[in-house]
Amino acid sequence: MVEPVVQIQGLTYSIGGIPILEDVELRIERGDYLAVLGPNGGGKSTLLKLMIGLLKQDSGSISVLGAPPGEAGGRIGYLPQHTHVAQSFPITVLDAVCMGMVQPGFGGIAGLFHPGEAKDKARQALERVNMQKFESRNLARLSGGQKQRVFIARALVDCPELLLLDEPTASVDSASRDSLLRLLAELNEEMTVIMVSHDISSLASGVKSVACVNKTLHFHRAPVLTGDMFKMSYGGSDNDCCPVELVTHGHVPHRVLGPHGHDHGSDKGEES
Amino acid sequence: MDILGFEFMQNALIAGLLASIICGVIGSLVVVNRMVFISGGIAHASYGGVGLAFLLGLPVLPVTTAFTVCMAMIMALVTLRARERVDTVIGVIWASGMALGIILLDLTPGYNVDLMSYLFGSILAVPRQDLWLMAGLAVVVFGLVLVFYRGFLVMSFDEEFARSRGVPVDFLYCLLIVMVGLCVVMIIRVVGLILVIALLTIPPFMAERRTRSLSLMMFLATTLSAIFTVTGLWLSYSLDITSGAAIIAVAAVCFFTSLLIPQKTG
Repeated sequence: MVEPVVQIQGLTYSIGGIPILEDVELRIERGDYLAVLGPNGGGKSTLLKLMIGLLKQDSGSISVLGAPPGEAGGRIGYLPQHTHVAQSFPITVLDAVCMGMVQPGFGGIAGLFHPGEAKDKARQALERVNMQKFESRNLARLSGGQKQRVFIARALVDCPELLLLDEPTASVDSASRDSLLRLLAELNEEMTVIMVSHDISSLASGVKSVACVNKTLHFHRAPVLTGDMFKMSYGGSDNDCCPVELVTHGHVPHRVLGPHGHDHGSDKGEES
Repeated sequence: MDILGFEFMQNALIAGLLASIICGVIGSLVVVNRMVFISGGIAHASYGGVGLAFLLGLPVLPVTTAFTVCMAMIMALVTLRARERVDTVIGVIWASGMALGIILLDLTPGYNVDLMSYLFGSILAVPRQDLWLMAGLAVVVFGLVLVFYRGFLVMSFDEEFARSRGVPVDFLYCLLIVMVGLCVVMIIRVVGLILVIALLTIPPFMAERRTRSLSLMMFLATTLSAIFTVTGLWLSYSLDITSGAAIIAVAAVCFFTSLLIPQKTG
């Protein structure tokens, strides 16, 4: 049996006595492309931070790439949600991407400059996100969407086995969002991808499985939309609210899938 | 240039330049890590060290250095443990260190300390042995930043990302706060407790907007500090005004002038 990329068992996490995540079970196989959906405050980003080791769970176990959270750093690419970068931090786009190659531990923080091949790798990563033209630009002078693409380049520059993205499509316009989602699907051929999003339409391209997180986690083996997902994402009850609360221009790409009935077998992702 | 004939003036100049190197390097890290408030807390808490040195009749600079490093460590541990209450805790340490210093000085028999020299600096009265200590500290701080430069860069840029990659952020953070403590003690000698934050933040802030790498920012900030310090010293001598205030006044004038000059784009 192949070792799972992420294995979470009986995970519980709370802040000041208020439970954020309860009894989370999750098993992600190598090569998966998981979208983590759910309402704001539902614990999606918290789950990601627990996997990375930024937060410590109350109980339960997490294993990422066969190691406890925080110990597989060199094999993980991470895109934080709010990149806590001072607007005026003096750095070029290329140098920012080079930081994605920092290695864990004391060996990784020593030294002054990146070797020449690091710059080449950074340029390749910038090409993948279509930002090669900006490599010597000051990062502070890019738009929000351009910065987001630079940070995605930083996450993938070291060819990680696992790519963790927290709201990658936030602050990106819809045209570049589509190209971004195509890129993620393409990257998924090389690595396992976990993407947190509050945007159900990100399900469209390439996503292989879905986890709905709202204090609890429901795993769906296939990327179909269910009424439950909408309820979890947008609230509301079954009868008195239309599940599709999206208004958009353009051709109609939307599919509405019928309700499941209520056998939760498929929702829990058990293989049948 | 006859003013350089005086030994106290030579000492002052050397002290000023040493402080500039430290300010440029550590000040840049303080600014990009948004640690200005913590640095202020450390600076004011260090006054407790001054009081302790006088009460015990020991040399001021070593005792203050040791005391300040302890305070800095406490702040580092508190900020790592209780992120959401950082500002309050810093405020408490800020005030209690200061109060401790005042009380200890009150208790010191035959009180005749020139308080003003610690509040506003006494760069014109820096003795030779203090210069050696300052030079040693400067070498240590500079060396540590050089060795861990990449770590500091990654942490300062995006702490969350640095942690995700397994960078020992807690270690780097504690190291940085301790270095801030060392740096603050040295700069207190030059411009005094009250003005230390100005010298620590004005040059890096001016440099940040005009460079495109952290190392260049440090270099430019060092150069700016040196210009402010030397100009301020000269003004202080020729106009007979307090040296610390003169240095900061020069920095402030340059700072506000620089706001009028358009930034480099690109």
